[in-house]
Amino acid sequence: MAKELKLMKGNEAIAEAAIRSGCDGYFGYPITPQSEVMEYLMAEKPWERTGMVVLQAESETSSINMVYGGAGVGKKVMTSSSSPGISLMAEGLTYLAGAELPALVVNVVRGGPGLGTIQPSQADYFQATKGGGHGDYQLFVLAPATVQEMYDFVFLGWEIAFKYRNPVMILSDGAIGQVMEKLYVGDYVPRWTDEELRKNAPWASFGKPADRDHHIITSLELDSAKQEQHNHKLQAKYREMEEKEVRFEAINCDDADYIFVAYGSSARIAEKAMQLGKEKGYKIGILRLITLFPFPKKKIAELSTKVKGMLAVEMSAGQMVEDVRLAAQFRCPVEHFGRYGGIIHTPQEVLEALEEKIIKRK
Amino acid sequence: MFNQDIVKPENLVYKKTDVLTDKIMHYCPGCGHGTTHRIIAEVIEEMGIQDKAICIAPVGCSVLAYNYFEVDSLGAAHGRAPALATAIQRLNPDHHTFTYQGDGDLAAIGTAETIHACNRGENIVIIFINNGIYGMTGGQMAPTTLIGMQTATSPYGRTVELNGYPLQITELLAQLPGTYFVTRQSVHTSAAVRKAKKAVRQAFENQKNKKGTSFVEVVSNCNSGWKMTAPKANEWMVENMFVKYPIGDIKVDGEIVQK
Amino acid sequence: MAVKGTVVIDKERCKGCGVCVVACPKSVLALAKNVNGKGYNYSEAIIDECIGCASCAMVCPDGVITVYKEKK
Repeated sequence: MAKELKLMKGNEAIAEAAIRSGCDGYFGYPITPQSEVMEYLMAEKPWERTGMVVLQAESETSSINMVYGGAGVGKKVMTSSSSPGISLMAEGLTYLAGAELPALVVNVVRGGPGLGTIQPSQADYFQATKGGGHGDYQLFVLAPATVQEMYDFVFLGWEIAFKYRNPVMILSDGAIGQVMEKLYVGDYVPRWTDEELRKNAPWASFGKPADRDHHIITSLELDSAKQEQHNHKLQAKYREMEEKEVRFEAINCDDADYIFVAYGSSARIAEKAMQLGKEKGYKIGILRLITLFPFPKKKIAELSTKVKGMLAVEMSAGQMVEDVRLAAQFRCPVEHFGRYGGIIHTPQEVLEALEEKIIKRK
Repeated sequence: MFNQDIVKPENLVYKKTDVLTDKIMHYCPGCGHGTTHRIIAEVIEEMGIQDKAICIAPVGCSVLAYNYFEVDSLGAAHGRAPALATAIQRLNPDHHTFTYQGDGDLAAIGTAETIHACNRGENIVIIFINNGIYGMTGGQMAPTTLIGMQTATSPYGRTVELNGYPLQITELLAQLPGTYFVTRQSVHTSAAVRKAKKAVRQAFENQKNKKGTSFVEVVSNCNSGWKMTAPKANEWMVENMFVKYPIGDIKVDGEIVQK
Repeated sequence: MAVKGTVVIDKERCKGCGVCVVACPKSVLALAKNVNGKGYNYSEAIIDECIGCASCAMVCPDGVITVYKEKK
C-alpha cells in the first residue's frame, strides 16, 4: 500500500480518513475543539473526490439523527462533536445502539460539566463507556493517542461498526484533536457500490426489491418478551466484543513494579513520567488502553497479581479508575491521578502522584 | 350480499393496494391515519416506486406506520424524522424518502428539524397529520390544539394566557424558500380523499423532478381524543378545525397561492 | 337501466366506525346488528342500490371495502 507522509491536526486526520475510508456521509455541527473536522471536509469537497456527502446540520441532535438515517439505509456515515454536543447526541446514540446500526461518532472531549471549557479533558469516559443515553447499551469505544491513530481508527471503526452492527465512538480529546503531527495516509478504500452495500448490509432499509419483505429499522418493541430477547442479543454481542476485540498497548509491563493505566493524551504524558521514574530507579510500566469498551479486564487482573500498585492517569476526577479497580479486585492498590476542567497534568505531577499515593503508601 | 354475480376481476373498481401490508392497523375506528396511509400507498403503487420508497415513521400514534407500508422503513426518534429523511435522500438522490408525522412530532418536539429540512429545500415529502392532540399518550394538548379545546393537559380548555396560540406551522413553512409545494388537505369525505391523494401524488412527482420539499398537511380527526364517534368527529373537524386550518393549496410550484 | 355495483366488505377487519355509512350517496350501507370477532358492528349493504362509486372505499381507514361495478 502506498503510504504518503503528511502533517496534520488530529481533527483534520479524522476528516481525511473519512474521505479515504469510503465514508458515504458526514453530518456535523460546529463546536470547539473539533470544528476543523467539518471545516476540512467542506474545503476538501469530498463530493468531488469520492462522492461523499457532507452537511452542516442545525444541531447535534439533528446530526446524529441524520447519521441514524444514513446508517439505517446501510451507508457508512459519521459525525463528530465535542462534549456538550455529544450530550445532545445521547438520544441518537441509544437509538443507534437499540436499532443495531453501524455508525462512527467522534468525541473530541473538552472540560465540563455544562458548557465547561474548550480545553482538553477526559471527563466523558463515563458518558462514552457507561451509556450516556438510556437503556442497557454499549458503544464500542476507541481511544486514539496520536494523530496517526485518529486516522487509523476511522478505518478500524468502520470495520467494527459493520461487523457488530453497533455504533463506534472515537473518544479523543482537545489535545489530540488540535495537535499537529506527522502521519502516514494510505490508499483510498472506495465507497461501496449499491451491490456491495446490499451484500455488506443486507439488513438495511435501502429500498424494497420485489423479492423480499420490507425491512424495518427501529428500536421499538412493545412486546416485553421480545424486547428482553433483543436485550439478550445485544448483551451477547457486547460479551463477544469483550472476548474478541480488546485492544491495548503494554509498555514495559513485564517486569514492572508499578503500572500507569492511561489512554489518549494521558498515556503520552504517562510515558514521559515513566522515563522520569526510571531515572529515579522505579520500574514502571504503562498499560495504554486502546479500547475503553471492551475494557481490558483480563489484562488488568493479570497485572494486578504481579505489581505493587497501579495509578490510573486520566484528565478527570476519577472515572476510568473505577473500572481499573473492578478489574484489579483489590489484589493491588489502585489510585487515581488527574487534573481536570481543561487542565493537562505534567509528567512531574504524574510521577509525584505515583510516589505519594502508591510507592510511599503506608 | 347483493349483486354477487358482478364480483369479477373485470368489474373491479377499487381494492386495497398491495403496498399496504395485511396487518390490521392499530388505529382507532374511523381514524384518518388509515385513510392517509392508504392514499400514500396507492400513490407509491401507481408511480411504480415501491423499490425506491423509504418511509420514516415518527413517534406518536403513527409510530408503527412502518408495519403497514410495504416499503423499507425506519422508525425515528420523536421529532427527528426530517433529519433522517435529509440524510437518506441526500445519500440516495433517486429514492423517494417520505416522513409521516403528527402534530406533536412535527410542530413541537421536531420543530427545528422540520423548519431546517424545509429551509434547506430537502428533496423529501413530508406528510403531516394534524388532529390537534397527542393521541398515543392519551389525548394531551398539542401545538395545534384549538383555543378552548379540552385535552388531558388543558382540561378546562386551551387558553392563550397559559398555552399560547395554535401553531399554524404549515403557513409558516410555506414562507421558506426551500418549500416547493405546501398544501392542506383532509380525508373525511370521498371527494376530500381524492383531492388529498392528488396532492400526495403531486408531492411525489415533485420529488421525482427534484423540486425541493413538498409538504402535505392532512387535517384529521381524533375521535378517541376528542371523545366523539367517528362521523361526529368529522363534523366537528369541519366546523372547528377547518376554521383555523383552512383546506387548500398554500404554495404551488414554489409560489404562494394568493387568496 | 341503473348502474349495477356491489361492495365486498371484509367484515372481520372492519372496525365499525361508520364513516362509510355517511359517505354512501345511496344509503346502501349500515352497521350490522351482529358483531365480528373483535366485537365491532361491522358495515354491510342493506339495500340493492349500490352504484359502484367507491365513495365508501375512499373513506374507509382500514381498506376493508372492495368495490365492483358492472361494465356496460
